[in-house]
Amino acid sequence: MNAVERLIDLLRAPERSTAIPLDVWTEILTVARAETLLGTLAYRLDGLTLPAVVVAVLADAKAEAEQVRRTALWEANRIAHALAPLGHPVILLKGTAFVAAGLAAGRGRGIGDCDILLPQSLLDRAEALLIDAGWGWLKSDLYDDLYYRRWMHELPPLVHVERGHMVDVHHTILPPTARPTPDPEALIADAEMLAGGLATLCHSDMIVHAAAHLFADGELSGGLRNLWDIHALVEERGMAGLAERARHHGLSNAVGRALRLSHALYGTAVPNTWQTLNATDRLYRWRMTARDGWGRERRWLTRMGFYIRSHAIRMPLPLLVRHLWIKWRKGKAAGVSE
Amino acid sequence: MPGPRYRAADAALLIVEPLDIFTAVFHRPSGTTHLLNEPAPQILEMLADAPLDAAALLDRLSRQYQLDEAEGADMLYARLDELEAAGLVDRL
Amino acid sequence: MRHRISLRVGPVGFRIGSDWRAPIAALDALYRDYPRPDFADYTVRLEATSFWRRWLRPSVQTLGDYHLPDSAPLPLAQGLLAAEMGMNLQVALGHRRHLLLHAAVVARDDRAVLLSGVSGAGKSTLALMLSRRGWRFLGDEFALIDPVSGLAYPFPRPISLKNESLGVIPPDSLTGPHLTGTPKGEVRHVAPDSAAIAAMDVPARPVLVIFPRFGQPLALHGMAPTETFVRLTQASTNYVALGEAGFRALTRLRSDVPAVALDYPDGESGVAAVESIWSQL
Repeated sequence: MNAVERLIDLLRAPERSTAIPLDVWTEILTVARAETLLGTLAYRLDGLTLPAVVVAVLADAKAEAEQVRRTALWEANRIAHALAPLGHPVILLKGTAFVAAGLAAGRGRGIGDCDILLPQSLLDRAEALLIDAGWGWLKSDLYDDLYYRRWMHELPPLVHVERGHMVDVHHTILPPTARPTPDPEALIADAEMLAGGLATLCHSDMIVHAAAHLFADGELSGGLRNLWDIHALVEERGMAGLAERARHHGLSNAVGRALRLSHALYGTAVPNTWQTLNATDRLYRWRMTARDGWGRERRWLTRMGFYIRSHAIRMPLPLLVRHLWIKWRKGKAAGVSE
Repeated sequence: MPGPRYRAADAALLIVEPLDIFTAVFHRPSGTTHLLNEPAPQILEMLADAPLDAAALLDRLSRQYQLDEAEGADMLYARLDELEAAGLVDRL
Repeated sequence: MRHRISLRVGPVGFRIGSDWRAPIAALDALYRDYPRPDFADYTVRLEATSFWRRWLRPSVQTLGDYHLPDSAPLPLAQGLLAAEMGMNLQVALGHRRHLLLHAAVVARDDRAVLLSGVSGAGKSTLALMLSRRGWRFLGDEFALIDPVSGLAYPFPRPISLKNESLGVIPPDSLTGPHLTGTPKGEVRHVAPDSAAIAAMDVPARPVLVIFPRFGQPLALHGMAPTETFVRLTQASTNYVALGEAGFRALTRLRSDVPAVALDYPDGESGVAAVESIWSQL
């Protein structure tokens, strides 16, 4: 087994951590860090007898995950505080949602920006409230700004001027210009409340969102980590109503692929329908395990293919061509003015 | 007409380290270190005892320190806003 | 990666991989007396900026577990510097087992003096000179303060001296190559003496913090608690990341250990001043 296969194996079956040589541990931990899975691995291996030097690194990873969790919850708290005048629950997405709801998927998870979902009609007011409470735009130009507002499914990212953390405000979970069009009203209507004006998507929608983010988004960045989210969600609260919900959002393909890959890599307990990989699944698996023992992303041909595909997914071809043309022209203009 | 009442964040959420005229306060939920200059530490202390509205707080502060009432009111509102934004004080 | 080396400095094991042999050979020579561990906490990678630049005007990108996206690549001749910067970066961005302070640390009888300052404050030169006068050298870049015990743990990497400071390198030292045209000018690395390397796992208790300022008339100033507290937080790369443990470690250092600001005109007077303050503790 190579390092990334070993990592997957350990996540799947932590008891297989005996008799691993130290230099192999070095590679496994390097890959885990590169895949943002070191905290997750640390919690999976918690309590097992391992070499002291390895335990020390895993202890650091758990401490860091604790810190990240605390920060994420505080950001959510401040965002809810700022948006209280909206009178509408602030629906958390992704990592912040997992830790706020105390889910297994949140244990050891790395978290970056805070992603939230609101009805599209409230977006302008939310933007104003956040700016009033100390968030501001990252430096960007008018065209990128417009790109975000008209064609993406979120406001341009806002960063808090004092705390430096970012919030991404979404009104649906995929770009409106993309092919599968999930139902934002359903996402919001079936959200589950937490305390303090916060909420999360319902269990099935969390899985649908994770699958959409992983595949329909196209770039497959952070693939192993996002796939682990799906595995942990299914393992903890099952799959009741998932197939139907995926159909409703037009995301059956993405959810199907996610479950097949999760079963193949992490051994998720799934019915027969999702126990065999097809050819395209295998391509995705190839792409997701493209990390060597030094932490480098290999298999660049597949990477390029995925990058081009990801932009195509976000925008229909004429729009994409126009977008890339404008970016190219601006790039040339910048060059000349230097 | 009395305004909203304020109270200090739960003592368990803060670690207070007096230095000199400044006091360092670590706010555990946010992981932020605040350096508070007088009278902010005193405001926190008073609001930890019991919730108070701004008028009652100003009254107590001016009795303990020499404060011009008019200046004091503006200063107090500004400090309370900052403390609330930082999560060191909650508005009830 | 084609060429590689592992080395341990105090509590941290590094693995360095390289597209070229030369930087690894330079590390092998400079770190001659250091342990070569099987396990590495951090990985540094010296990679060619593009396929052709492995051979044509070879240019080194410093990558690894942590890296700075916009950092300028270095010419291959400065490969050792790239490796050193890479190791510093892993610790600065990733290390959380200890509170990190930008400080040199020297000790007598396992009681330590921290010389806290940024690059150019003269701490590296002072540390090297003191180590030649019987002080144990624990490091010139980072002080590692254990959050539970408050002890300073050695991190004795080779000392990086620049420009005018190159003159203080004792003739019998084990040094790296003389590097010119680097982003910081002329640079040379000096390995610590064998006693410092042998004692790399022996901590010392901080008893004095000095904030030195080079090139000023000799003067000693006490520091108010708030000033010390603020300067220590500024000197720490991981204070915020450590959260509550960082706050407790730093406030305890501030309250347990006296701090002074020392202005000094040149190396010799600086060293004399440190020894004088020490003798009065």
